[in-house]
Amino acid sequence: MSLVENGAPGADALLDEVYGARPPAPRVGITGPPGAGKSTLVAEMALLLRRQGRRLGVIAVDPTSPYTGGAILGDRVRMSELSTDPGVFIRSMATRGSLGGLAARTEELCELLSAWGSDLTLIETVGVGQSELDVAQAADTTVVVLTPESGDAIQSLKAGLMEIADIFVVNKADHAGADQLAAGIRSALGLRAPAAWRPPIVKTIATERQGIEELNEAIEKHRAHLGDPGVSEGLRREKIRARLKNAVRERLLEGAWERKGLGALLDRAADQVLHGTISPYRAARDLIERMTDHGERSPN
Amino acid sequence: MAGKIRVLVAKAGLDGHDRGAKVVASAMRDAGFEVIYTGLHQTPEMIVQAAIQEDVDAVALSILSGAHMTLFPRVLALMREKGIGDVLLTGGGIIPKEDMASLKQAGVGQLFGPGTPTTAIIDYIRGASE
Ligand SMILES: Nc1nc2c(ncn2[C@@H]2O[C@H](COP(=O)(O)OP(=O)(O)OP(=O)(O)O)[C@@H](O)[C@H]2O)c(=O)[nH]1
Ligand SMILES: [Mg+2]
Repeated sequence: MSLVENGAPGADALLDEVYGARPPAPRVGITGPPGAGKSTLVAEMALLLRRQGRRLGVIAVDPTSPYTGGAILGDRVRMSELSTDPGVFIRSMATRGSLGGLAARTEELCELLSAWGSDLTLIETVGVGQSELDVAQAADTTVVVLTPESGDAIQSLKAGLMEIADIFVVNKADHAGADQLAAGIRSALGLRAPAAWRPPIVKTIATERQGIEELNEAIEKHRAHLGDPGVSEGLRREKIRARLKNAVRERLLEGAWERKGLGALLDRAADQVLHGTISPYRAARDLIERMTDHGERSPN
Repeated sequence: MAGKIRVLVAKAGLDGHDRGAKVVASAMRDAGFEVIYTGLHQTPEMIVQAAIQEDVDAVALSILSGAHMTLFPRVLALMREKGIGDVLLTGGGIIPKEDMASLKQAGVGQLFGPGTPTTAIIDYIRGASE
């Protein structure tokens, strides 16, 4: 898995081999603000699904520090009950801050988990930026988790988070304000153009195992909706298109940076910008030009 | 392309606080590591399963309960049994010098006592994973 995550040599061959080896496991993204209870929910959903005999992959994404490149991946803390179950494979992943790269890496890990034998893959990500949008792209069903505490945040919720939700969860329903939050979501949804799928709102208390069954059922319903031939063909094509675009972008960029000399060119351009000789935009255009004409002739 | 150094940080045994482990985990993050933090009361089975799934370069255990002479060998044996005997096992806690020496004899990596600067363990892991 690390091979793939690092884009190491051999990773592509491995991915080619596993692709299609087993039917791809459906992917459910779980996103929401920090501390909303995503990991607790994932653990409870997984426990329930295990009791129904399903094998599960879990990918837990946490942000990489932009300053140090390091990360603390702490979602396993809430998943202790699953941690010796051979029917569950949990993998923590740092965002590593690459543009669109997160989506590509998530896809790839999902494919490896499918090959491992996952019947369903749950992907947890913190909704604080680009990452949840990337993950939504990789997921078939996206669950957005909010809590009464995030109540006033809902106004400021980026349109993006509203748009990507296939299902809303109001977690910590034991706290005051859960009903108001649900009403707030409902009215925000009412402003959207009518669509074939109307995102349901599920109330849960993850710490007391309440609402978990309803949540899993809502996910099943959404899957059935996706499986509807009228919907699925177009949607699937759209997903595959986005997936391909990411894969191409990742491979193009990586290849380009690694080619000899580009690092040095980047250093030189940075110096020029630093000393005010040229603008960063001009430098970027020059670099792109160098990348593209070196591309064809380069030995690798 | 070089990957990130991934380290599993776990608290094994029954002692109930993880301040020390969290300090080490933060220092590792600041050093650019990806730290998988699993929390309190981890059994050897949980630790080894997580180490396999997370594909880590090192496992760092914090043990303050005095059970180090049973826990470290147990984790090491399980790691070998499950095919990840080549992954570094290190850690720290209140561990007498002679215990550190005999654990090292048994194949455990270097262990660090209380008050060791976090840079020591970071440098050690970085050196070992190169
Ligand atoms: N009262 C209450 N507390 C909850 C509920 N669900 C989760 N919590 C608590 O909320 C805290 C955060 O839960 P996590 O599951 O770690 O939340 P998370 O969204 O995964 O957090 P990050 O991954 O750090 O963003 C924990 O202390 C949980 O015990 C709930 O339904 N009710
Ligand atoms: Mg979490």
